[in-house]
Amino acid sequence: MKIAVCVKEVPDPTAEKRIDPDTKRLVRSGENTLNRYDRHAIEEAVRLREGAAPGAEIAVVLVAPASASRTVDKALAQGGDRSVHLADDGLSGSDIVATSRALAAVLARDSYDLIVFGQQGSDAECYVMASAVAERLARPCVTQVAALALDGSSLKVKRQVETGYETLEVSLPAVISVSDAINEPRYPSLPAIMGAKRKPHEVLSLADVGLAAGDVGVDGSRTHVSALSKPPTRGDSVKLEDDGTAAEKILAFLVERKVVA
Amino acid sequence: MSRSSTTTRPINPHDYLEIDTLLDDEERLVRDTVRQWVRDRVLPEIGHWFEEGYLPMELAPELGKLGLLGMHLEGYGCPGASAVAYGLTCLELEAGDSGLRSLVSVQGSLAMFAIHNWGSEEQRQRWLPRMAAGEALGCFGLTEPDAGSDPGAMRTRARRDGDDWVINGTKMWITNGSVADVAVVWAQTDDGIRGFLVEKGAKGFTTPDIKHKISLRASITSELVLEDVRVPADAMFPDVRGLRGPLSCLNEARYGIVWGAVGAGRACYESALEYAKTRIAFGKPIGGTQIQQQKLAEMALEVNRGMLVALQIGRLKDAGTVRPEHVSMGKFGNVRGALEIARSARTVLGGNGITLEYPVIRHMNNLESVYTYEGTHDVHALVIGGAVTGIQAFR
Repeated sequence: MKIAVCVKEVPDPTAEKRIDPDTKRLVRSGENTLNRYDRHAIEEAVRLREGAAPGAEIAVVLVAPASASRTVDKALAQGGDRSVHLADDGLSGSDIVATSRALAAVLARDSYDLIVFGQQGSDAECYVMASAVAERLARPCVTQVAALALDGSSLKVKRQVETGYETLEVSLPAVISVSDAINEPRYPSLPAIMGAKRKPHEVLSLADVGLAAGDVGVDGSRTHVSALSKPPTRGDSVKLEDDGTAAEKILAFLVERKVVA
Repeated sequence: MSRSSTTTRPINPHDYLEIDTLLDDEERLVRDTVRQWVRDRVLPEIGHWFEEGYLPMELAPELGKLGLLGMHLEGYGCPGASAVAYGLTCLELEAGDSGLRSLVSVQGSLAMFAIHNWGSEEQRQRWLPRMAAGEALGCFGLTEPDAGSDPGAMRTRARRDGDDWVINGTKMWITNGSVADVAVVWAQTDDGIRGFLVEKGAKGFTTPDIKHKISLRASITSELVLEDVRVPADAMFPDVRGLRGPLSCLNEARYGIVWGAVGAGRACYESALEYAKTRIAFGKPIGGTQIQQQKLAEMALEVNRGMLVALQIGRLKDAGTVRPEHVSMGKFGNVRGALEIARSARTVLGGNGITLEYPVIRHMNNLESVYTYEGTHDVHALVIGGAVTGIQAFR
């Protein structure tokens, strides 16, 4: 069984996010790390590999600057067997349309039975990359997977939706994104960390995957950020100073809005 | 945007001198992993464990799974990590609690190192893989009630009786003593000081815990009492004689303390920094007052200085050129620095500084032990003094 886990390098979530006013892009020059949601995707792939026939392998796939080697190592220490890294300066400024094109081009070079994504990126908080890549590869796609079991050449999955869970069966090859409730990712062990650099690392350019500069980056993107502004401050809040009647006022407020009867 | 902002980064209060840039990817990943584990598994509970005087032994197999027990040793299930990676691990563990770091130090640097370095092939095969996995624990018996800084004055004695050895004596202040499956015990013989492996449950071997400690409470400290304990001939380390054996192990363990102390100091500094930024007095954060900023500046300096000292000693160790005198300087300076940070941080936190809701007084109390164990502060001063003058004050 061949599994690809698509991972993303994101700015360290403990640092404050900043947007460059000139480029209108998120500043990525600080500390970067592996998107925390992707740890669940790797963990789920590792569990599938543990239960699969010998020879099963996990490729960690990413589109990121060449400097992302630490993120690659982290993903491999977490359980990936090899990495496939599309690193090309021309990718800078890619939106979802362009990035999904690049990812699909990398994934199409190999015949993966299953492609796994984390549910979202912790930087742009976008949930749609799995769907976009599945569309490009013409594969079935299930997002927000909260539990899965391999059943021959198909996957039985429980999908988290607002009202509960959907139980679905999807035939392989397929694309899924897993929710962060699906598992508790293990800590990478020291031998795994030390072994990460020795695993095969494939670094590709746009030309290697048959793309031209205009297919990706700003030119290949279909969205353009024209302006950014802070969300408006909320004007409907009421501040109460307690002069002994605050409890009554809060109760009256809640009754008026029919929160309590 | 100014040009300079593209070439310099804003000051990071958690890595003021950008020491991270001196670490390689693997070292950072080890550090990040241990830090996260401590955050998840230790910090939520440690105040409670300290108060109860207890450290859950379920942590040992978890540490084994992470590969942190005997991590700097090679073979027998040990990963063979670099000295710097081991140091960073000690730092992060001790940022949790000195008791936790002590557990790992004693297991890896004292018990496992002794067996790895001085044990027979059979002894290594029998103990090291299980100890690396955290399935078996070890302790190290050198210090005695009347022999601390001067271990050559030990009274514990092993005498030959047929093929066996019979050991009598008492060892004191032994971390992990009562939970250890195997004790490395150093004893006088007619042939000088020799090392023995004494297994839990051996007849005449008891390990009463030392109670009423107000330091290193999240750590088990015991006596080892040996009354006519009979061990077979192959329980002895085959080749090492004299103090060289135990002292080589202590040098390993105190290397971990050089780093660990920085972790304890960092935890106190970070706690004080956070508190100073959020505690309001006279209408503004106390961190905006000169007196608290002076303290925070001193703390930040000490954390960074300690880190650089530890890193340099680690690099020397990885290059194979470290000397015990280097390690002595690291322990001497870094533990003192950490203790000063802890005491100063305690005052920043005011009354809250004395509760276990904050890590500061726990580290402060722990560091009093760290100041004394693995070579007292005073003895390390004499080692450094001897090295710079060429005149030994003791020996």
